[in-house]
Amino acid sequence: MTVSADTTVVAPEPAVPPAETTFQLLMREFLSSRLAILGLVVVVIFALAAILAPWLAPQNPYDLAQLNIMDSKMPPGSESMEGYRYWLGTDGQGRDMLSGILYGLRISLIVGAGSAVLACMFGASLGLLAGYVGGRIDAFIMRVVDLHLSFPTVLIALMILAVLGTGIMNVVIAIMVVEWAYYARTVRATAMVEREKEYVQAAECLVLPRRRILFRHLLPNCMPPLIVIATMQVARAISLEATLSFLGIGVPITEPSLGLLIANGYEHVLTGEYWISITPGVALLVLIVAINLVGDRLREILNPRNRT
Amino acid sequence: MSTVEPAVATPTLEVRNLQTSFFLRSGLARAVDGVSFTVGRGKVMGLVGESGSGKSITGFSIIGLVDPPGRVHGGEILFNGRDLTKLSETEMRRLRGNRIAMILQDPMMTLNPVLRIDTQMIETVQAHDRVSKSDARSRARDALGMVGIPSPEERLSSYPHQFSGGMRQRVAIAIAMLHRPDLIIADEPTTALDVTIQSQILAEVQKLAREFGTAVIWITHDLSVVAGLADDVAVMYAGRIVESGTVDDVLDRPRHPYTRGLIGSIPSRITQGERRLHQIPGMAPSLLALPKGCAFRARCPRAAAVCETPPEISVPAPGRTLRCFRPYDVELVS
Amino acid sequence: MTSWLLRRLMQALMVVTVVSMIVFAGVNVIGDPVEILISPEATQIEREQIITRLGLDQPIWKQYLAFVGNALQGNLGNSFVYNEPALDLVFSRLPATLELAFCAMLLGSLIGIPLGLFCGLYPDSKLSRLIMAGSILGFSLPTFWVGIIFIIVFSVHFGWLPSGGRGETVEFLGTRWSFLTLDGLQHLILPAINLALFKISMILRLTRAGTRETLSMDFIKFARAKGLKPRRIIGVHLMKSIMIPIVTVVGLEFGSVIAFAVVTESIFAWPGMGKLIIDSIYVLDRPVIVAYLIMIAVLFVVINLLVDVLYATLDPRVRVGGAA
Repeated sequence: MTVSADTTVVAPEPAVPPAETTFQLLMREFLSSRLAILGLVVVVIFALAAILAPWLAPQNPYDLAQLNIMDSKMPPGSESMEGYRYWLGTDGQGRDMLSGILYGLRISLIVGAGSAVLACMFGASLGLLAGYVGGRIDAFIMRVVDLHLSFPTVLIALMILAVLGTGIMNVVIAIMVVEWAYYARTVRATAMVEREKEYVQAAECLVLPRRRILFRHLLPNCMPPLIVIATMQVARAISLEATLSFLGIGVPITEPSLGLLIANGYEHVLTGEYWISITPGVALLVLIVAINLVGDRLREILNPRNRT
Repeated sequence: MSTVEPAVATPTLEVRNLQTSFFLRSGLARAVDGVSFTVGRGKVMGLVGESGSGKSITGFSIIGLVDPPGRVHGGEILFNGRDLTKLSETEMRRLRGNRIAMILQDPMMTLNPVLRIDTQMIETVQAHDRVSKSDARSRARDALGMVGIPSPEERLSSYPHQFSGGMRQRVAIAIAMLHRPDLIIADEPTTALDVTIQSQILAEVQKLAREFGTAVIWITHDLSVVAGLADDVAVMYAGRIVESGTVDDVLDRPRHPYTRGLIGSIPSRITQGERRLHQIPGMAPSLLALPKGCAFRARCPRAAAVCETPPEISVPAPGRTLRCFRPYDVELVS
Repeated sequence: MTSWLLRRLMQALMVVTVVSMIVFAGVNVIGDPVEILISPEATQIEREQIITRLGLDQPIWKQYLAFVGNALQGNLGNSFVYNEPALDLVFSRLPATLELAFCAMLLGSLIGIPLGLFCGLYPDSKLSRLIMAGSILGFSLPTFWVGIIFIIVFSVHFGWLPSGGRGETVEFLGTRWSFLTLDGLQHLILPAINLALFKISMILRLTRAGTRETLSMDFIKFARAKGLKPRRIIGVHLMKSIMIPIVTVVGLEFGSVIAFAVVTESIFAWPGMGKLIIDSIYVLDRPVIVAYLIMIAVLFVVINLLVDVLYATLDPRVRVGGAA
């Protein structure tokens, strides 16, 4: 209430030169790895493709009127009755695979990123609180985290979906519940270190509200590990969503993600129409590997131990 | 080095112009640069220096355990007249633990925590002698008894964590003594121990050396340990021996400013009250960026222009060596 | 040791209780218990009778106690689909899953430990780098996708191995096993490798990290200074040190393999618990779902407990020293 001055208070950012140069420095370091650039480029292209799917896709895969059952199971590169080319072939209902993949990518990314963001917000908040406050709250939160992490991800997701039923929102919730503990653990570890530093003590001396100390002072300094783990967790979330959808307990058939597309194609695998399953599979694979490459590089450059 | 000693049999160890370096990406680190010394049968030589002076690397060079990117790349290590630098790895392995033994600094870390003491001792016996397990075990028991471990038979089947630090170091010494080696290299074995335990261990080693004629290289940063234990001493700085001689001679009449600095920094009854305990200013230089000339120059109270060229070894008195342009005079010391 | 074990048992009991509460709450509060427990064909009067008989008009905590009481007697309701006790059903599928999980863990250890040891001993060799890069793939590839590729390559394209089912089984110790017949083994191999891939990567990395860390220890240097042969240093000093964490993790991961078997069993139509739970979720066979979840929670807790005890017996420092 009292201090309007707290905006000008020098709660020193960690001893680094102005933010932009740090950013530029990190950027330069990041770009010094070719694999990382490749990963980043792929991720950006995939993200753009997902966002622009309605405009890029030759066909609206959900519009049954546009589908021609005569065109079903055509191999990649074939031409349709109307002289139209299916670059990646068609599925069992004559749906253009390329369009299906573009739309599926959209759903995979939305679910993956969405659940990762939610998990990050929830997990990071708890982690911050645990690391900063310590004591019983810390002990309790970490107990829950440990218990949580001792159960495999698939099992937890299965439990939740078994109870809630399927659907995009429920998948997002399931993945969020699966993942928050990783964020909490990471942020807590950093927060415990940061809590002892002068800038936090300075903020405490000014009797700033706890929430402000947590989110304005502590959180920014917990960002590096958080960014790294968030990147990795997005890949894991996408992978988990695909797995759940493949099992048929994820997204509904009306809004197929990549995982569901792969599952739909799976029934044709045994009869030799590989592409219906493989093409979305390759898309999924490339996406996950690309995100991991970016994450790996981020971990290298943001890890203070690797800094000289 | 010692030209005047009467013609005796070959010394246990004679190191000549030893060169050990680490071939790093950022450059060549000369950890040991032209070190020479001799240790006779049953003699204890103290190798003294700060951390990073190359004293431990000298020890590891002798026993052939310098890990890449480090490598011995010059000089000779004559052990009972045999040049160890020319031996194959298998030949070296047969000497290690057998004729040359080593004791390491931290007794908490030298024994494998998941193996019982008897396992760790029996394997040492059997590594070099073809004896039955029970014979090896009884030798292990005798060795434990010899280093003053009570009820050795029971202790044999204990795990390392059931021993105190001092006891563990005794076990390590017992392991080192299993084959009655000709040479023991002790790398700061008492640094991690209490002072009382330290003196017990020192007495133990001294006794064993006398009894079995074992030569000992005692690596330490602590001159006071050397004073009570060693026959000879060599002081190392930045990979070189800057001063050496018999313990009494060097400690009573130090001539190199660095030796003198080390002696000055030992608290003792003599220094107490009389003058301030002093410390050597600055830090040991990085091996990757050694100054030209005398490496001690930057911290030396007597440095002069001449010190910018590398000093050579001189022999100021019989049995003494010195690597300094501007040593203190002998008379200066009380 | 006894008090430690007792405390550990209490903890395990706590975990099972918490899980049972969550499952109970999930089924009874979020879902509609009437719909879950009563077959949809029942008439209105039958429904009300059943509701009273099942005590669904009672307060929730009383219901929970009743649920626990029944569960303790092994009664978790009847499967809607198979019309037999849900728990029996889950139990009947357990051996198939255990067989698969065990084979996967065995493969994971047999491949992961030697490769990890190699990568740890020769970290700079080209082969090590290749193996490590491969292990990243093993980590990031979704299991189901690798499974599909396996089927496409080995079953459909080359026709070497069957794509699903358990194959011929033989009765042994009261249940039927695949690994005792050639046909069964052929059916087992693809799913087992599929399930093992992730574990291979993990065990490999763990072994490598342990090897690297242990090699830098003084006791390894001391062992070398004793003149031991490299084979003994690696085989005894190194292995014995790194085996403790590896055995621990392999044990703990056994539970996760059973859980991940859900995916592999679905792909390869392996008739285990995982396939059962997925099928049950499809048709909302809730008693089976509850039985599976409770069962796997108990399994998990038991495994954790066993591993803890195993760890305590393996590591001499824990064994004798403070058992906390």
